[in-house]
Amino acid sequence: MNLYARRRLTSRIALGFSMAAAAFGLFWLVAILWTLFYNGLTALGADIFTLSTPPPGIAGGLLNAIYGSFIMTLLATLIGTPIGIMAGTYLAEYSRGNVLGQTIRFINDILLSAPSIIIGLFIYGVMVVPMGHFSAWAGAVALSVIVIPVVVRTTEDMLNLVPASLREAAAALGAPRWKVIVLIAYRAARSGMITGVLLAVARISGETAPLLFTSLSNQFWSTDMNAPMANLPVVIFRFALSPYQDWQDLAWAGALLITVTILIINITARMLAGLGSKGR
Amino acid sequence: MTDTALQAGSRASGGSQAKRQIVMDRAFQSATAFFAFLVLVILGGVFVSLVMGALPALSTFGFSFAYMQVWNPVTEKFGALAPIYGTVMTALIAMAVGIPISFGIAVFLTELAPPWLKGPVSTGIELLAGIPSIIYGIWGLFVFAPIFQQTLQPFLIDTVGQLPLIGHIFAGPPYGIGIFTAGLILGIMVLPFITAIMRDVFETVPPMVKESAYGLGATTWEVVWKVVLPYTRVGVIGGIMLGLGRALGETMAVTFVIGNAHRIGKTLMAPGTTISAAIANEFNEAVGELYISSLIALGLILFFITFAVLAIAKIMLMRMQKRAGG
Repeated sequence: MNLYARRRLTSRIALGFSMAAAAFGLFWLVAILWTLFYNGLTALGADIFTLSTPPPGIAGGLLNAIYGSFIMTLLATLIGTPIGIMAGTYLAEYSRGNVLGQTIRFINDILLSAPSIIIGLFIYGVMVVPMGHFSAWAGAVALSVIVIPVVVRTTEDMLNLVPASLREAAAALGAPRWKVIVLIAYRAARSGMITGVLLAVARISGETAPLLFTSLSNQFWSTDMNAPMANLPVVIFRFALSPYQDWQDLAWAGALLITVTILIINITARMLAGLGSKGR
Repeated sequence: MTDTALQAGSRASGGSQAKRQIVMDRAFQSATAFFAFLVLVILGGVFVSLVMGALPALSTFGFSFAYMQVWNPVTEKFGALAPIYGTVMTALIAMAVGIPISFGIAVFLTELAPPWLKGPVSTGIELLAGIPSIIYGIWGLFVFAPIFQQTLQPFLIDTVGQLPLIGHIFAGPPYGIGIFTAGLILGIMVLPFITAIMRDVFETVPPMVKESAYGLGATTWEVVWKVVLPYTRVGVIGGIMLGLGRALGETMAVTFVIGNAHRIGKTLMAPGTTISAAIANEFNEAVGELYISSLIALGLILFFITFAVLAIAKIMLMRMQKRAGG
């Protein structure tokens, strides 16, 4: 075999591997979704949305867990979003080149990928231990700590994309800086910032580790924010590892619910980001 | 006269208006700075609360905590070696699986895929990142582990496991769950993260550079291996480190399939534990200050390891960005 044929062959093999790798990656997405639908749909009935988690052997649903997940995700988003947007605004608008800004950016990127179980231990130390009991508040705060870095990052990135000429035009009309940011820059970066918040919501909807030692879980219906509250991820964790078939079925139904919700949020965020970039 | 009065009036109100705006400006800037500072406070808080929580264990066991293998809640003797070993091994297996495949996907997306295919494949891989880790866990335990136990694992044990020198790490009975299974699941989990960064840095290579190589008669593979990869090396390493950081700290996916055994098995097929899996499994059942404190000390070790890895990743990527910008 001559040199040219060998080089062509190497290239073909490598590119063949590369295509196989892409197929391999997509295969897992399909495989996971398929098993989720296969196992989850059989367990998914009206009971899921009307009854709370049952003792083994009795018909039940996931109502308390769905409510808990919804409330804690909502609260975490409400706490984390304003903090994240303000911090992101500082990084994009006020920190040009200063050391504080660079440090915060660096630390924020580390928090972005920090193991979520450590966030759980942190909130356990600062909220659960002093309060003396697990609570839904602690769960919501733990989740908000995960929301903040995501929103900081997207807010900064999106504000940096706003053309300087737009800010200068507003400033030339006599608008003070805070008005330029709030009324002009935010508006121009709006779709990107909403995308960031949606991605953060998608991220925390499935987080289990930070809730294990903060909100714990609750076998019963509860709306008390000062008490342990059921939530889908922890219920899935417990029920999936239980020996009872009906609990395992409920775990699959919950897994399907979470994944479908997250994929829908992700796709919405993606479409919104696409619209934003087209409009610009 | 009315004219001058009007002017004076408007100047006065203009002055107070301007003053008010200056105050608002300062307030707004301080508020944003305050919340930005909060990000630092959070990281500091994480560190301080972990140290405080870990103090009883660290003062009891001292430095030996990091290299003792015993984990006995009854006699209250705790050592972190088995979880540290499990964390490092699962992450290494994840990297061995994840790096080549991510590289393949990134090459496919940037060099091979026709434009109509690029979007869907890219989205598909990114959706893989959206699937929560607990789903990987439950899927790994109920779907992957049984199939793995009956097919791939016996095959590996019968072939690679019989080789001299490296054979013993693949030997042993096929449990289905264990360190190797956890590593494989982690490998699939980190795929989308590494792929996304590799794809992004590959796209920063100027077309001119690639076209020159093609013009000299290089094959597509040679362009990727000898032009694109050297050009983006720092960014690629950054992406890999980011994936490694994820793999080290991942909890739920691992907890389901690792087997939760506090020992260092002779083979990778054996059940083990990782730092995060040990915390997730035992924390709520732990009784006694020393037990809880030991688990928090494990968390502190994980914090140091991931912080170092992620910091290196970030520095690498920053260097890449600087070069792409300049």
